[in-house]
Amino acid sequence: MTPSRLAFATILAKDLRAELRTLQSLPAMALFAVTTFVIFRFGLDRTSLSGSLAAGVLWATLLFAAVLGINRLFVAEREEGGFDAIRLAPIDRTALFAAKAAALLVYLLVLELIVVPVFALFFLDSAAALPPLAAVLLLADLGLAATGTLISSMAVHSRARDLLTPLVLLPLVVPLMIAATGATEPLLTLGGPAYDRFGTWLAVLGLYDLVFLLVGYAVFDFLLED
Amino acid sequence: MYGKGLRTLSIATVAALAAALSLIFFYAPLDADQGFIQKIFYLHVPLSIVALLGFVAGGVYAILHLRSGERRWDAYSYVCIHLSVIFAVGVLITGSIWAKASWGHWWVWDEPTLVSFLIVFLLYATYYPFRYAIEDPERQARYASVFAVTAGAFVPLNFLAVRLAESLVHPRVFATTAGGLPGSMMLAFLVSIAAMALLWVTLVKLELTAKSASGQLKRLRRALDAPAPGAPSRVAPEV
Repeated sequence: MTPSRLAFATILAKDLRAELRTLQSLPAMALFAVTTFVIFRFGLDRTSLSGSLAAGVLWATLLFAAVLGINRLFVAEREEGGFDAIRLAPIDRTALFAAKAAALLVYLLVLELIVVPVFALFFLDSAAALPPLAAVLLLADLGLAATGTLISSMAVHSRARDLLTPLVLLPLVVPLMIAATGATEPLLTLGGPAYDRFGTWLAVLGLYDLVFLLVGYAVFDFLLED
Repeated sequence: MYGKGLRTLSIATVAALAAALSLIFFYAPLDADQGFIQKIFYLHVPLSIVALLGFVAGGVYAILHLRSGERRWDAYSYVCIHLSVIFAVGVLITGSIWAKASWGHWWVWDEPTLVSFLIVFLLYATYYPFRYAIEDPERQARYASVFAVTAGAFVPLNFLAVRLAESLVHPRVFATTAGGLPGSMMLAFLVSIAAMALLWVTLVKLELTAKSASGQLKRLRRALDAPAPGAPSRVAPEV
């Protein structure tokens, strides 16, 4: 393994192990999401959802749950001196970006593994849409992981970390949400999944992922300089 | 000094604005379909073009800042984004007026350009709280530049996504911006673009001058306490 790959694997394993031992992000994210579903049930006064309403509820909930995790992504690095250690280590700094984005991706996937079945159980008539939905979820998670890591790594150094992450992140992920809800809406229509412009939306999601992974890769070096 | 040429530039701006306004109101014909309200098009479209180009310029200066590490480019980037945000407010207001007059509503969700522009404006509006929440000035400049680059990459993606969300239902109404205009309207439109661009450049230069002057003043005040000979006359503007 090259040194950067080794650094990537080490940081990622460290993050996942820390999360497994402390459980400080994932349970909160999942609990938040399930509670939000309950609030939507009463806020919309619906016991079952389909089409654009279902897509909107699912994505708004997932996005806000993701923000909880994104907020905490770099807190340990900042408080325990992880940033200084990375700066001292003779490794490519982008390894930290890649590892953190990968860790966030894992969090989001685990979150969705718990929360999307709950969503289907609460609101959907059939689970037929879930397999194609997985592709949308994966692509949207990649984009969220890229932008979330980038914004979180900057916001963690500010006075108003918890405020800043959602403030900057939400407008930044609007195109991602447009594409994700656009792809999800026909999947969740009554009477089985439809694939209306599914490919177009997946292509937009892929393009968003590509652009922001490249941007993150290009600028992350500057965020660690001191 | 940053103030050099400011007077000539201001005079040129005033002349261009006067020319644009007189062309708009006395030379360009009334629109057969929309009538007098169509005149706001000569303000709205140039404003939005200049604001978007200003955001691009902010991103380019941010790249320069990240590559060279010179604080000057960060100040340029800040001022570009700052003025473009102000122009963007103008775009949203004039767009709203136009929408009310020609579609009957102050806000129309299915006009993709309008919605895209709102999202871009919302993103750039977070530039200020983001920038000023970071205390260390070096880090603040660096992070603000990273923001400007990221937001620059976001703008075309956003226009693409919003356009796609509407394209099947609503065909573009204003696809004829250049091709469909008669010559006299085109002339007024082009002069308006030039005038708005000049206005933007003048304001950028003015703000840079003011910030440079206040930076110099701060340095002079400090020098009164501890005199240091041979200070440079061109001080980077402070943001």
